Amino acid sequence: MSAVLLKDVFFAHDGAPQMHFNFEVSQGDRLAIMGASGSGKSTLLNLLAGFETPQSGSIQFSNIDLTNVEPALRPVSILFQDNNLFGHLTINQNIGLGLAPRLHLTKLQNDAVNSVLAKVGLARLGKRLPSELSGGERQRAALARALLRDRPVLLLDEPFAALGPAMRIEMLDLVLELQLEKMLTVIMVTHNPDDAEYFATRVGFVEASSLLSTMPATILNDPPKGSALSTYLGTKLPRFSA
Amino acid sequence: MAFAALGFLALLAGGALLALGVAALQSPKVISTAFDSYFLRIAGFTLWQATLSTLLSILPAILVARALHRHPVFIGRSLIIRLMALPLALPALIAALGLLALLGRAGILAPFLTWGFGARWPGIYGLSGILLAHVFFNMPLATRLFLAALDAVPQDHWRLAAQLGFKPLSRFRLLEWPAIKSAMPGIALIVFLLCATSFTLVLTLGGGPQATTIEVAIYQALRFDYAPMRAVAFALVQLVFAFGLALMASRFVLVERSQNIDVSSAKLMPPSGAERLINRVLIGAAIVLIVSPMLAILMRGLQADIIKLATQNSVITATLTSLILAISASLAAFLIVVSLLSARSSAIREFAAGGGGILLSVSPIVIGAGWFIALQGIINPLKAAPVIIVAVNTMMALPFVLRALSPSWAASRARHDRLAASLGLRGFRRFRIVEGVALRAPIFAALAFGAALSLGDLGVVALFGSDSLQTLPSLLFARLGSYRSDDAAGLALLLMLLCLGLLWLADSLSQKETLR
Amino acid sequence: MTKTFYTKTSYIKTSLKSLSLASVALAAFALPAMAAESSSNSLIIYTYESFTAEWGPGPSIEKAFEGNCACDLQFVSVADGVALLNRIKIEGANTEADIVLGLDTNLTSEATATGLFAPHKIAGSLAKNVPGGWSDANFLPYDFGWFAVVYDTEALETPPKSLGELVDGNPEEKIIIQDPRTSTPGLGLLLWVKQVYGEKAPEAWAKLSKRVLTVTPGWSEAYGLFTSGEAPMVLSYTTSPAYHMIAEGKNRYQAAAFEEGHYLQIEVAGMTNKGANNPLAAKFMAFMLSPGFQNEVPEKNWMMPAADTSAPLNPVFGQMVQPAKSLIFSSEDVAKNRETWVKEWLNAFGK
Repeated sequence: MSAVLLKDVFFAHDGAPQMHFNFEVSQGDRLAIMGASGSGKSTLLNLLAGFETPQSGSIQFSNIDLTNVEPALRPVSILFQDNNLFGHLTINQNIGLGLAPRLHLTKLQNDAVNSVLAKVGLARLGKRLPSELSGGERQRAALARALLRDRPVLLLDEPFAALGPAMRIEMLDLVLELQLEKMLTVIMVTHNPDDAEYFATRVGFVEASSLLSTMPATILNDPPKGSALSTYLGTKLPRFSA
Repeated sequence: MAFAALGFLALLAGGALLALGVAALQSPKVISTAFDSYFLRIAGFTLWQATLSTLLSILPAILVARALHRHPVFIGRSLIIRLMALPLALPALIAALGLLALLGRAGILAPFLTWGFGARWPGIYGLSGILLAHVFFNMPLATRLFLAALDAVPQDHWRLAAQLGFKPLSRFRLLEWPAIKSAMPGIALIVFLLCATSFTLVLTLGGGPQATTIEVAIYQALRFDYAPMRAVAFALVQLVFAFGLALMASRFVLVERSQNIDVSSAKLMPPSGAERLINRVLIGAAIVLIVSPMLAILMRGLQADIIKLATQNSVITATLTSLILAISASLAAFLIVVSLLSARSSAIREFAAGGGGILLSVSPIVIGAGWFIALQGIINPLKAAPVIIVAVNTMMALPFVLRALSPSWAASRARHDRLAASLGLRGFRRFRIVEGVALRAPIFAALAFGAALSLGDLGVVALFGSDSLQTLPSLLFARLGSYRSDDAAGLALLLMLLCLGLLWLADSLSQKETLR
Repeated sequence: MTKTFYTKTSYIKTSLKSLSLASVALAAFALPAMAAESSSNSLIIYTYESFTAEWGPGPSIEKAFEGNCACDLQFVSVADGVALLNRIKIEGANTEADIVLGLDTNLTSEATATGLFAPHKIAGSLAKNVPGGWSDANFLPYDFGWFAVVYDTEALETPPKSLGELVDGNPEEKIIIQDPRTSTPGLGLLLWVKQVYGEKAPEAWAKLSKRVLTVTPGWSEAYGLFTSGEAPMVLSYTTSPAYHMIAEGKNRYQAAAFEEGHYLQIEVAGMTNKGANNPLAAKFMAFMLSPGFQNEVPEKNWMMPAADTSAPLNPVFGQMVQPAKSLIFSSEDVAKNRETWVKEWLNAFGK
């Protein structure tokens, strides 16, 4: 059964070329979406999350058509590069929103917030405002909320692009761990081939505003010569040694 | 929700016009006399004085707003900005008396002016008086609105400008001017329509019937001649006209581009010595313009026995009535504005951003009279009076609340929309958790501003009467109307202090934390 | 995944909730301010605001009348006489009013034309103080006064002695007048000039306009400017100085007596068709010309009583200008010509 299916989805921003998406993602897959800037990677995530509505075609989750269903009612959580937290709410409140949109948490729910905070390594930081945390800590908090919402599909829109290499690997490990634990289906937009190679089981390359099939991640090690993917990846720099 | 809000506004304005039209058919009076040379003359004067007033209000406002924006921290700054909401809240006659107390033939400054003039100072009657009064009313308003637009420029842009070493001129051209320019059509429209529909000021300071606006003709038609058809005809002219202006203005409205709701500061690029001096002069001049007529009102008001006045039952009742009506109107306007600004249809949002001002062209007396006639025979209009007053004040306050709130609301939307949607926050729940907290300060400011505006309203229904409903401004006029001008001056002072108190309260409430 | 993913009801509920919250808030605010209900043994009188104000004659008249009728007299007040007439026109036969009190003779013809008023059946001669006598079948006077130029003795040494002197006088000595399009005194001056100058009125206005500092929408604005010293003269009433002398003990403001005479304003009340079926209405019309009512007129409405008061007037009223002649147009003439004359005024003033 496919966890996510895009069936001939067409979409165009005003005055921009029409985009075409037609592919599926299996339950438990980790798909990395790559492609040049402005190729439509983020639009693809927006369509999946429900921030944009396709002009035609259907988007299905577990074989149920949710093309026109509003974002909050879809079985997905999403992490953006920025603005994942409300700046005026504490970390606890931000995470609590994943459970109780009214922010009246029961004792049980409070415990859940605390345990998920501990899980992402933010125990005792719950009373702080987002501005008092580092960039990595903020993304951890956002991840904690996604975890708490417990949706089967996790969308990542370059959420770790702004973090340092060590921190990025750490975050990817955290996502991996959670993914395996909950058998999540993850779709991650990234610019970084290393991230994709490290994390993904499959790769999709957006080319000429369309993505019509995905490939095993191993293709990153040996892209077909002359393909758009290989042009995009370029040649790896030889290690410079003195 | 947004459609309900739009429907309410259309019903309010359209229903009134319809009722008047029907009434006109029942008692036919010749409409042919409506559009004669007299009408053309007053229409011409209306446009001429409103255009001049708008220019004279907007241009200084840009400079003063920029100066205030460049100096985000100095003692008394917030007081000045708060004072800028006051003139509009004063009944026109009170403001006129305040200005005349300074610049009239018997004004405080008259001896100096006579000396400098070389002849007896003639006062400020005629076009100059009208313009001065309109600037007193609208320059502070425009300044506040421009300042809000500048404050909505993302912090990052200022950082970038500092990083790139922008000179003052390029900073103005590339950062400040675009913000000002995108806010300008809306602000200019509001100011223009306020001046075009001005009534008491134009007649009192105009010097003679040459200075007459269309609003005077509407007033005459409804109040004195009772010729509803003529009133409807004039009201429609004003409406069509305002609509045209709003359409023109909307072509110049740029897309709101704010990404950030932090209040920006110019700390990064401190003004140079020369700019400092110029800004001080500008701010100083603005303070003189705004504060001196108020001081005159204060001095005049202190001659009355304020304590005795404030303890009179009729004054206390009128004050409470005024407060309740004003706060209801402000809340209602706020609800409508929020539902318009939160609309999912961008067409509605654009209409709201560009065209909200159109409402100002529908004169309150038309709405009041129209609804009075419409409700007549269905329910006792006397009992509906509070509702009509609130409805009309809601409509009048709406464009201001909209202007005051829309920059920061757009910024909040840009930042929070996707996150809120993915968490399923919508409707009131979203408001409570997102905008209600993040925009607490601008919301309270807009509410207080709306209430202050309604507080000074004379109450349209007073024209058709209701014994049980004495507001503070109508009490003030009643006292003036029976020789008690000292009482009236005292009440004017009371009204002014009430407005100030309201703005103050909003300010301190917005500092408090919720959601803990 | 649960079913809730497909429903939209939560959203609709929230919208409805906020909408109803708004209306509840409005209603809750509006309700306490609403007017009292009328009962069967009551008399409803429409009048103008300064009549019912706490310092006006209304409250004591209400007390005096209720004292010998065991009934409930209710005043409903509007801004002024003109608003009163319009209110009646709008309400038509549905009006709640038994009596309309506060029209003046410039309005009675229009008021009669509405067909809403019933004859009062009281001898007009009872209003014995009214200059020129009284004979209207539907309306009965309760007070009267003359328009006059009131001047500031500290700013003007030689006030004009006639309308002619006012028109021809020094343009530097200013007067504040009211707009005849929006105010009763403004219309009064228009008619006054018409009475004195007839066909020559436009020329007179062209001259007078140079002395006019400004034209205000109503009496309050004009008088406010006058007392704050903006101009030495204002159009008001012969009895205006009485207020300053009695209530403030000030002789500073006086009325100028004009040789040609002064334009007369007579304030009247009439019984509606509804009132004709309410015995209390006829009782009040009769009461109106009795001392119980008339006593309150001079020092609370600051006008001359139409009939006898129980005690002589305050001597100050004796010092007021006693016009050599009362000028007045018939109500019909005013109704017929007002529009033309106002146009004439507009044109003359523009020059």
